[in-house]
Amino acid sequence: MTSLTILLVLVLLLVVFGLLFRLQILTAIFSGSYVRQIGTSNRVNAVLMLVFMVVGGAAFFWSFAENFGKMNPPIASIHGHAMEKMFWTTMTVIGVAFVLTQALLFIYSYKYQHKDGRRAYFFSHNNKIEVIWTIIPAIVMASLIFAGWKAWTRITGPAPKDAVVLEVMGKQFNWLVRYPGRDMKLGVVNYRLIDASNEFGFDLSDKASMDDFVASEVHVPKGHPVLIKIRSRDVLHAVYMPHFRVQMYAVPGMPTRFWFTPTATTDEMRAKLGNPKFDYELACNQICGKGHFAMKLKIVVDEPDDYVAWFAAQPPVSQNADLMASFKQMSKQTGLGKGGSQGAKEAATEETGETPAPLAAQASM
Amino acid sequence: MATNLPVSAHSQGGVGTAPVPHTEHDDHLHDHEHHDQHWLWKYVFSQDHKMIARQFLITGIFWAVIGGVLSSLFRLQLGWPEATLDWLQPILGKWIEGGKLNPEFYLALVTMHGTIMVFFVLTAGLSGTFSNFLIPLQVGARDMASGFMNMLSYWFFFLSSVVMFSSLFLETGPAAAGWTIYPPLSALPQAIPGSGTGMTMWLVSMVFFIVSQLLGGVNYVTTIINMRTRGMSMSKLPLTIWAFFLTAILGILSFPVLFSAALLLVFDRSFGTSFFLSDIYIAGQALHNQGGSPVLFQHLFWFLGHPEVYIVIMPAMGMVSEILATNSRKPIFGYRAMIGSLIGISLLSFVVWAHHMFVTGMNPFLGSVFMFLTLIIAVPSGVKVFNWLATLWRGNIRFTAAMLFSVGFVSLFISGGLTGIILGNATLDIQMHNTYFVVAHFHLVMGSSAFFGLFAGVYHWFPKMFGRMMDEKLGYIHFWLTFIGVYLVFMPMHYVGIAGFPRRYYSWTGFDAFSQFADLNKFISLAAILAFFAQFVFIFNFFYSIFRGRRATENPWNSTTLEWTTPVEPGHGNWPGEIPAVYRWPYDYSKPGAEADFIPQNVPYSQTPSSNLPYERELAE
Repeated sequence: MTSLTILLVLVLLLVVFGLLFRLQILTAIFSGSYVRQIGTSNRVNAVLMLVFMVVGGAAFFWSFAENFGKMNPPIASIHGHAMEKMFWTTMTVIGVAFVLTQALLFIYSYKYQHKDGRRAYFFSHNNKIEVIWTIIPAIVMASLIFAGWKAWTRITGPAPKDAVVLEVMGKQFNWLVRYPGRDMKLGVVNYRLIDASNEFGFDLSDKASMDDFVASEVHVPKGHPVLIKIRSRDVLHAVYMPHFRVQMYAVPGMPTRFWFTPTATTDEMRAKLGNPKFDYELACNQICGKGHFAMKLKIVVDEPDDYVAWFAAQPPVSQNADLMASFKQMSKQTGLGKGGSQGAKEAATEETGETPAPLAAQASM
Repeated sequence: MATNLPVSAHSQGGVGTAPVPHTEHDDHLHDHEHHDQHWLWKYVFSQDHKMIARQFLITGIFWAVIGGVLSSLFRLQLGWPEATLDWLQPILGKWIEGGKLNPEFYLALVTMHGTIMVFFVLTAGLSGTFSNFLIPLQVGARDMASGFMNMLSYWFFFLSSVVMFSSLFLETGPAAAGWTIYPPLSALPQAIPGSGTGMTMWLVSMVFFIVSQLLGGVNYVTTIINMRTRGMSMSKLPLTIWAFFLTAILGILSFPVLFSAALLLVFDRSFGTSFFLSDIYIAGQALHNQGGSPVLFQHLFWFLGHPEVYIVIMPAMGMVSEILATNSRKPIFGYRAMIGSLIGISLLSFVVWAHHMFVTGMNPFLGSVFMFLTLIIAVPSGVKVFNWLATLWRGNIRFTAAMLFSVGFVSLFISGGLTGIILGNATLDIQMHNTYFVVAHFHLVMGSSAFFGLFAGVYHWFPKMFGRMMDEKLGYIHFWLTFIGVYLVFMPMHYVGIAGFPRRYYSWTGFDAFSQFADLNKFISLAAILAFFAQFVFIFNFFYSIFRGRRATENPWNSTTLEWTTPVEPGHGNWPGEIPAVYRWPYDYSKPGAEADFIPQNVPYSQTPSSNLPYERELAE
């Protein structure tokens, strides 16, 4: 019944609009403005342009200032601070261009509205002006490019040799984490060995994998470079850590990486923000299916001592009986996982156990 | 070419204060032939470029409504994640079981919204409509080089539309891997149900679409190069034609690459190849595929995908240039610089594609190169904006609905274009990639702007398309509601983006980092839905005016280009007599010494001795 009433109201409203529209046309015909090319509405529109600029501009700056506090995720990495500075510098530059060009657009629209008897100024070109407004933006762009390029090469350059290494693997719909264990080498994994108990596909015939361990959350030490190796085992995902200004796709068949240096522990950040529940988060930022929006991984930044203690307390995969059993069975089924470390490396299509190589060594295809 | 064309017997309605065009009338030898064409050939399988343009336009409007409805649906979810939407059950059925939108269907909605808007509305609906309508009329040709191919172009588009539309009703849903259809998600039905039949239909539809684009593009280029009327040199072409010309070239060069990507994806999906697949364990099974690269697909996709955004925006740029000049009653400022910047943008558009891929694991050295090329493209874009502003300066501006939308276009293009300087910077893109900052950026710079160009074009050329005027007052209401609406939607969206909100998220409530902007998202949703409803003012105005609008005159805007020298409703063949010859550039507005404030292109210098510039005096002899 209510929906019928709503429908009826809507229909009546439409009828009213239709009648108003007809009425508007009829009055326009009688007043003669129907066929006149330029009438009062020209002036109204010109004034509205100005009103739009003033009211819209004010609303924009007010809302920007109002939301500014919520806009900036707290920063917790060295390169994040540099990026933030570059971001707001660039925003200032484009802000100036924005205000200038929009102001001219609306002011000209208002100022040069039609007036009877006036004639537009026949001004078809001026090469000097064209050159000026080509060169100035080119110079500004060049300096932005240069700054961006310097930072980009530094951020994507090789990780320091002493970086803490860990691996994050994306899957539908959660993240898996493993650490290299005491030997500081990530062992070989092979996607053909994956099953419910061996989610990473550890090839345990590789000696280096025996002491690897998996974790349910990421722990990293403060003030120490961290190299995250990134893989996916099904579709594309992306490792996105907004507080660290880190983002890199997880690509099946092509390991990627990103390194950064955390600058504040979780506790420090909690104190700073006055939010005892704060946690660093890792989100998936490349559409991957139904659970895309819920692929969350907690990141904990520890004091270096705490990190070392946490690291030492983790049980290696060799102590996981389920995993060992599963590996033996899968190994029998697939014929993989034989012939020791060398054999494991040859069987794997990609290898992630090498020492940190420069990010630049990743091929594009 | 000119033989055997049925020409309608419209009389030459007298209008305007302009000097009488100099045309030599031939003896109407091809008058009164097949006057009573069967309606099927006249309205359906028409080979007339004007009818084909109208077909593209109306199909485009249909798609725009569908695309808008889809976006309203997902904005409901984003604005009110807790609400139960039972009332949508009758329409959406199992996709909204228990009042909650299915997350997979949510992804299908964003995918189809993107696909529809980018390809079906802003490529086919915009460029298809106006390239078809304006190229023969503005270069002075009777029709396209091949009317038959032109007809095929529309019908391939129609076929493509039918396939895409049908896919909305599949049991497993339409394609849902994002409009960029990155494999492996788009290749594996195990990964998301939309990658089953839905994706197959998406690919089939897109193949038809590409065929349609190529048939159209080849025709546009051929017509512009070969069929210009006497005196219409390339340096006398209206900027619209330059824009359509370069757009068509971009399409011809880049759409085949999308075709190759689609073909390889079909192979991976159906024939067990591994172009894009490697090392995949999914749904409890290790796949045999090895050695493929998902990043390769992205290179192929964006090799089309980036020129595509210029395919969308350049026709709008051309039409806006034309409309700004006409309604400012001033020549477009820097005609040659405008052509130069269009050419610059076209060339650069082919070498910037990988800026969509800075953080995909692509070699960072490539990132540096593409950052450099990407930021360069800001220079010709800036030149265009400055020239538009200079065109308004000291004009005598007449705010028609088309003019309002053109000013709106420039405003949106500036707002959206500037944030491209942030996103094109690889360093800043690390944080901004795939956030709502990107969404806000491209919706302003190529989505809304192109829509504004489309509206401007419809309001401006409606009199020539349908012989009647659209209602101006409704046009004003439409403009202001849309202009304000678009800014209310996309400005706040930047804030959400700077805060790092990822796109294509069904809900953000799971993350503390993305918990703050619930109110703002509600606001954006509200504004988006209202802006969508404002479009019905346009749709009403459009269809009402086709039948009931005020009758148009031949040249209602006192414009200079050739289409306004045709009868009110140009028949097949466009000009009843001989095609007018062209003597001057298209922007002689408010020329000092001239009586009227415009001199059409077909008026020779010998008829305008009082206004000729020194170098033109020699041409008058």
